[in-house]
Amino acid sequence: MENEAPLLEMRNITKVFPGVRALDGVSFDLRAGEIHALVGENGAGKSTLMKVLGGVYPYPEYGGQILIAGREQRFSGVRDAEAAGIAIIFQELSLVKEMTVGENIFLGREPRRFGVVRWEELYRRAQALLADLHLPLDPHTPVRNLGIGQQQLIEIAKALSHEARILVLDEPTTALTEAEVETLFEILRRLSRRGVGMIYISHKLDEVFALSDRITVLRDGKTIGTAPTRQLDRERVIAMMVGREVGEIFPPSERHPGEVVFEARGITVKDPAVPSKLLVNDVSFFVRRGEVLGIAGLMGAGRSELLMAIFGAHAGRVRGEVFVEGKRVEINGPADAIRHGIGFVTEDRKRFGLILDQTVLSNMTLASLDRWAGHGITDLDAEIAVGERAMRELRIKAPNVFTSVGTLSGGNQQKVVLAKWLLTTPRVLFLDEPTRGIDVGAKQEIYAQINRLAQEGMAIVLVSSELPEVLGLSDRILVLHEGRVMGEFKRGEASPEAVMSCATGHARAKGEAAQI
Amino acid sequence: MSQVAKEPIVQSQAISEAERAQKGWRIQTAMLRAYTMIIALLVVWGIFAYLTDGVFLEARNLSNLMRQTAVTGILAVGMLMIIVAGHIDLSVGSLLGLAGGVAALVQYSLGWGLSASLLSALLVGLAIGALQGALVAYLNIPAFIVTLGGLLAWRGVVKGVTEGRTIPLSLESFKAIGQSYLAPPVGLALAVLAVIAVAWLNVQRRRARIRHGLQAPSGTEMAVRIVLPSALIVGFVVLMNSYAGVPIPVVVLLVVALIGAFITRNTTFGRYLYAIGGNQEAARLSGIDISRHVLAVFCLMGLLTGIAAIIYTARVGSASPDAGVLLELDAIAACVIGGASLMGGRGTIFGACLGALFMASLDNGMSLENVRDYIQDIVKGAILVAAVGFDMFSRRRG
Repeated sequence: MENEAPLLEMRNITKVFPGVRALDGVSFDLRAGEIHALVGENGAGKSTLMKVLGGVYPYPEYGGQILIAGREQRFSGVRDAEAAGIAIIFQELSLVKEMTVGENIFLGREPRRFGVVRWEELYRRAQALLADLHLPLDPHTPVRNLGIGQQQLIEIAKALSHEARILVLDEPTTALTEAEVETLFEILRRLSRRGVGMIYISHKLDEVFALSDRITVLRDGKTIGTAPTRQLDRERVIAMMVGREVGEIFPPSERHPGEVVFEARGITVKDPAVPSKLLVNDVSFFVRRGEVLGIAGLMGAGRSELLMAIFGAHAGRVRGEVFVEGKRVEINGPADAIRHGIGFVTEDRKRFGLILDQTVLSNMTLASLDRWAGHGITDLDAEIAVGERAMRELRIKAPNVFTSVGTLSGGNQQKVVLAKWLLTTPRVLFLDEPTRGIDVGAKQEIYAQINRLAQEGMAIVLVSSELPEVLGLSDRILVLHEGRVMGEFKRGEASPEAVMSCATGHARAKGEAAQI
Repeated sequence: MSQVAKEPIVQSQAISEAERAQKGWRIQTAMLRAYTMIIALLVVWGIFAYLTDGVFLEARNLSNLMRQTAVTGILAVGMLMIIVAGHIDLSVGSLLGLAGGVAALVQYSLGWGLSASLLSALLVGLAIGALQGALVAYLNIPAFIVTLGGLLAWRGVVKGVTEGRTIPLSLESFKAIGQSYLAPPVGLALAVLAVIAVAWLNVQRRRARIRHGLQAPSGTEMAVRIVLPSALIVGFVVLMNSYAGVPIPVVVLLVVALIGAFITRNTTFGRYLYAIGGNQEAARLSGIDISRHVLAVFCLMGLLTGIAAIIYTARVGSASPDAGVLLELDAIAACVIGGASLMGGRGTIFGACLGALFMASLDNGMSLENVRDYIQDIVKGAILVAAVGFDMFSRRRG
């Protein structure tokens, strides 16, 4: 066994994005027939590692070596990786909804004769593949008629049609029912007996322990450890995931929370696509003057949806009541929310926060433009003065306010979004993943700003997938799991392990009495 | 550094150092597009002047050229705002035909007076713009489809109401809008007023900058900013006066373009249009009512189409069922040649007007040279694609 080359070996993989070292010398290996779980917090580098493996970041955009059965591979693109027997099933499924199951399985590789698709052949082979997976499905069915779970299985069938020997599954069960999860696991075990190696990425530790042979933990772009699953337990894995000392990065801060500024009661949000599903289920919370309320939870727990819904920007049906400074307010859109003093630094600054090819200045003043304008006529000089002051206060590093915001680093872009919302002089500020994808130095500056704002009396609601961030900055922490409040912790009471158990739905918070 | 940064004066100087270096570079890249366009225009003018033994550059022809630019230019101002917001309007040619047809009909068949027939053209434009805008903004039907439907439907309505005949204009005063000139002394007087306005605006701007604690432009900078536009204004009027005066349609275009430039640069409405076209999600989350702005910009386009229809019909002297065919494409081409992005969020009124002048120059020059109709179309099509191709190429490098 020892002298045999593993199916896959990734040696010392390094991947650097502008300003961020996403992977820092990660080593990882996979044996034939093995299910190897890859776990870590959001941003630990799991997805980046898989993108390197899948040829999304072609050679030599990364450092290190990829070996398959002992031979070094240098993929110049996704096609190369596929040809080498690697198939990745990403969280966002990549099926064409308007096509049939069979068409999807063979998309781009349809059996052809003289350039004409041989449909009987295609559907015959699709049928054989489905039968092989024990999937009772007609390959002529349009994919849009299938549930998410079945679509996931079609992706696997598609991967197998490539004769994939290495199958990567990125959070495959997030959208599945329990029965569907069982079917999936059965299929994965069957594939394992056939010698397919699988990399299984999941936040759900129950699944990881039920399924995997070995576990590798990543944190901050580094391998923390690899061990056989039976030698590990949940507590040990969680400790490896959270690891670092919280106190070091977060400056101590004196805060004196005052009266309640903002309160949300019974917020319930329906999934616009599936009306029977609740993304947020009866969530209530409040935040005081000068207080930071952290909202923790895993991906899909409903954190962003909660904030979006309160802000009047969610597509689905929303129920619940919102109070600002004790008065009930009606919010039918972002304009109402802004008028009532809510600021919202949204997640994904490139998609929701910024107009990338416009200047720093027009981005900064976008949400508050009518303040610097009389009767709809703008005053550019007043804007410039305001913008330059904001640049100084937030230490935004840009040549001037007319620099195109797309040319700035992630940290400075994030500060521009922050400036945009501070210029609306909010009473409560929502921050959704305010440090996603920015380097450590910029993160610390954002943390310092959050502390400064809280000390000046701003009420802040902080959503973050990075547990240390929530623990280090918040006065209170609310933990969501599948749209519900699973627990509430005070600063000092919360340990990473306790919050993580809550977030994975494993345990409710002990101090449930503390819930208001 | 952090100690120094606390001191505002030192800091602003530090910025202005970097600012100056960066600004020089920025101005180069940002102004390069404008310069390229002006140079391209001058090259085309040079070629035509050479080919026509100077006839192209005679005052009479330039006056004619300006008048030809007016209709496309007015449409391009509206189209630019539509394109900046990330939409398109394919119906303006047909709508222009309809609004002009209605204005001709009400005076020819119903005997309405000048102001009533002017108003009828404007109202037709506004109402149809509002209808199309509402379909785009509130029913989320893509603008391409709504206005493609409009392109067909409004042309059909024109043919219906005119019964396929050309309707002559009965009001001489109406024709005058398209055919007469500003009396030379009036033109000069307006030019002087414009020069005073330019100087006053520059002085105001300087005061405002000082009031906000920003760096004020230097004496030479002020002089250049006042003298250059003033020379252009006076030169233009003198040139036009040497033939017959500034044509009324050109006066209308200038007013429309000035208002358009003001709207896009100096109003929240204009700034929101750029935001909506640049990133609709970010704009929505910043509290901008997307639907209302889209509706408004289509209303504006309709109104401007009404104005263009009046000038077009008045210039021709009658309303024919096929008036304005393909004008929407000229307007779109003008915007795109002037640097607007069909993806939205990018473009200027100045560029669109230069683009309209460029398109009109091609028409005018090739007609002077008696270039056959079909070749004119081929040349215009090729130049449009080449202009955008060149832009994409230079943008990728830059």
